[in-house]
Amino acid sequence: MKRRVRLPFLSLAAALASAWGADWPQFRGPHGNGASDETGFAWRLDAAENLAWQVALPGRGLSSPIVVGGRVFVTAASGPRQEELRVLCFQTIDGTLRWERRFWATGRTMCHPKTCVAAPTPASDGERVYALFSSCDLICLNFDGQLVWFRGLTHDYPNVSNSLGMSSSLVAADGVVVAQVETDTESYALGLDGLTGVNRWRLDRPRLANWTSPVLLPAEGGPRQVALQSGRGVAGVEVRTGRAVWNYGEGASTIASSAMSGPRLFVPSFGLTALDLDAAGGPPRQAWRAGNLRPATSSPAVLGDRVYVINDAGVLSCGDAANGRRVWQVRLNGPISASPVAAEGHLVAISEKGVVQVVDLSGSEGEVVAERDLQATILGTPALANGALYVRSDGSLWKFAAENARRKTR
Amino acid sequence: MRLACLCVGAFLAAAADGRLTAASEPPADLAEPSGALRRVGPEGQGHAEATRAWPLLVRRPAADLPVLLAAMDGANPLARNWLRAAVDTVADRALASSEPLPLAALEAFLRDTHHDPYARWLAYDWIARVDPDRARRLVPGLLEDPSNALRRLAIEQRQTEAQMLRTNGQLAQARATYETALRAARDVDQIEALAAALRELDVPVDLRDVFGWITRWQVIGPFDNTGLAGFERPFPPETEQRLDAEHDGKTGKVRWREWIVADPYGRLDFNRALGAAKEVTAYALTEFVADIPRPAEIRLGCKNAWKVWFNGKFLFGRDEYHRGAEIDQYRLPVMLEAGVNTLLVKVCQNEMVEDWTVEWEFQLRLTDPTGTPLRSPTSHAAAPKPPPSPNPNEPSP
Repeated sequence: MKRRVRLPFLSLAAALASAWGADWPQFRGPHGNGASDETGFAWRLDAAENLAWQVALPGRGLSSPIVVGGRVFVTAASGPRQEELRVLCFQTIDGTLRWERRFWATGRTMCHPKTCVAAPTPASDGERVYALFSSCDLICLNFDGQLVWFRGLTHDYPNVSNSLGMSSSLVAADGVVVAQVETDTESYALGLDGLTGVNRWRLDRPRLANWTSPVLLPAEGGPRQVALQSGRGVAGVEVRTGRAVWNYGEGASTIASSAMSGPRLFVPSFGLTALDLDAAGGPPRQAWRAGNLRPATSSPAVLGDRVYVINDAGVLSCGDAANGRRVWQVRLNGPISASPVAAEGHLVAISEKGVVQVVDLSGSEGEVVAERDLQATILGTPALANGALYVRSDGSLWKFAAENARRKTR
Repeated sequence: MRLACLCVGAFLAAAADGRLTAASEPPADLAEPSGALRRVGPEGQGHAEATRAWPLLVRRPAADLPVLLAAMDGANPLARNWLRAAVDTVADRALASSEPLPLAALEAFLRDTHHDPYARWLAYDWIARVDPDRARRLVPGLLEDPSNALRRLAIEQRQTEAQMLRTNGQLAQARATYETALRAARDVDQIEALAAALRELDVPVDLRDVFGWITRWQVIGPFDNTGLAGFERPFPPETEQRLDAEHDGKTGKVRWREWIVADPYGRLDFNRALGAAKEVTAYALTEFVADIPRPAEIRLGCKNAWKVWFNGKFLFGRDEYHRGAEIDQYRLPVMLEAGVNTLLVKVCQNEMVEDWTVEWEFQLRLTDPTGTPLRSPTSHAAAPKPPPSPNPNEPSP
């Protein structure tokens, strides 16, 4: 059992890494599970020299930075009602602002004070960047900041909004950008043509408020699928067509999103439930269920043969991805809303008060080996790309990297 | 100074070749691409044409910015954003290449209140980026501007002035300045800050009056909402609003009764009006008398599921419970008819029992499109001044 699971982990990770390079093109990275395959990060964040640069941001945001082709893309919202939507592009090498584009929200911008309008993380397919906001405005720009298209999803579907705010992030693949706009009143998953922004497909979804994000699944030689999670469970859908392929209907979190690694999808459901997906499109098989691996707001991360979750008390738990057995726990400086990210035997978790914590995963227990207090409220998930860690708050974007990684521009 | 000369030159050049006067009639080579952007619609309608047209627009010289801005006049909110991206791209490129922005033309555009309020704000924004002093000089004249974003700037300026007067001990002038600003304010945060400042100077402020809440209602209920089925179920008040009628409610016969709202934030609390209950539905009815037909907005805040009918026609509804409420949460454009207009609100309460799910209420006002409250003696109870006196139905807050 163990061997059967681990081998695809390695081969698929390698295949995906070659496709995405060392960029971080979407929420929780190239694999959608918080992991990077890279090495050479500056894990001693407490060392002053490892701060490559810090730049000011012009508005609130808890979306993740994404990193593609030597550019960091960040979204933000400003104005008394956060109705000014901003997409910013910085150079990774020195943090210089390459361009900024601003738009007026066409949907509702009301949200809980803890979150904000720039909550969903943008995504890139390597040619364009797609940015979604809580107002359900979806913007496509090319890498030079030229508008490709603009959609107002609440303008199109007037009851698509959530008075607490929306946060589901985007994924983009096979020429399609997938958005989940799911609320108590009106709910859809949309597959939009990346070039034109028109609907390739639109699926009715459960009328339940949902803040989880879609997760791209490995292509496995067949049509690429995306996992759409909601309070009802998880559905596997073809990216190009929106055709429903499989369904897990036992319920799932509406906040923490699933994580994919190899053929296994780790779903925040009854704690954590591992589903082995059938490449032929059959129903997923439950591999295990672990009630003591219970992610709260942050989504699980998977690195190698371990899965990591953070509960609502700020306790990081390490589980065996093969069988769900909890291996160790360590209490972090919490509370924590940002999802953890991990690479080369280290995991980064950030408290809501802005304490960035690096946990060494190589021992029999997790050990916090570095901390850096950025003295800002941070709820956004960081990015690991090209040997650097990118962190954003409402007011700043930081890049941490060792000297050699700072020269990587791709 | 040099920059100003260049700008005047650009303005004169633009005026000479007709670009300024053509703001509402773009030159032929701009008409088609800007028209393509204006034709974008729901679900990607018109995107193919717009994506071909957009690159043509962003190649235009900065002198064409007023024409691009004018293309926003009457545009839908989607098209406005396509055009905004073009304006910003042209202006960015101009600044990067030291091409002067047509500041005089942008100022003329800003001063013409017939143009789209968003476009005018964008004109101001680019003026402010290039010539902050020029922008600052424009601000005092924006106190009554139809653009809320521009009006906001003038109010901020008045707030600063009033604060300085207060610090200098010139309390009468400070009060007068704050009062002027409060009369002009439309954004909730500014209204609340100004009201707080005035109260600190012993000037009473009746927020009911400032916001213009509708306070005189007829209410009826509770009707059943077990299993949340009441949202879709048409109870009798949806089909007839005879005030002497009696209907079967959830727990017995129910009748219309008048309810005057005393809350400074205009909240009609059904738990007080009808008795605290769960899994229930209620209705509130009011009449609004307008002198002339005019565009208006129904502005509603509600954390329960709700529906609104205006002059007997269903406008909009939302089947969402306890996700939050705020002032002007929903804005529903309507056309007021001369004479009596009727407004019916349905508000549903769900089954949840947590403390934060107790509220069964809404707040509503009618405004013009800029947020200026509209009033009618049939929908606004006389505001007791000051402070709000005990109300026949509710204790003062």
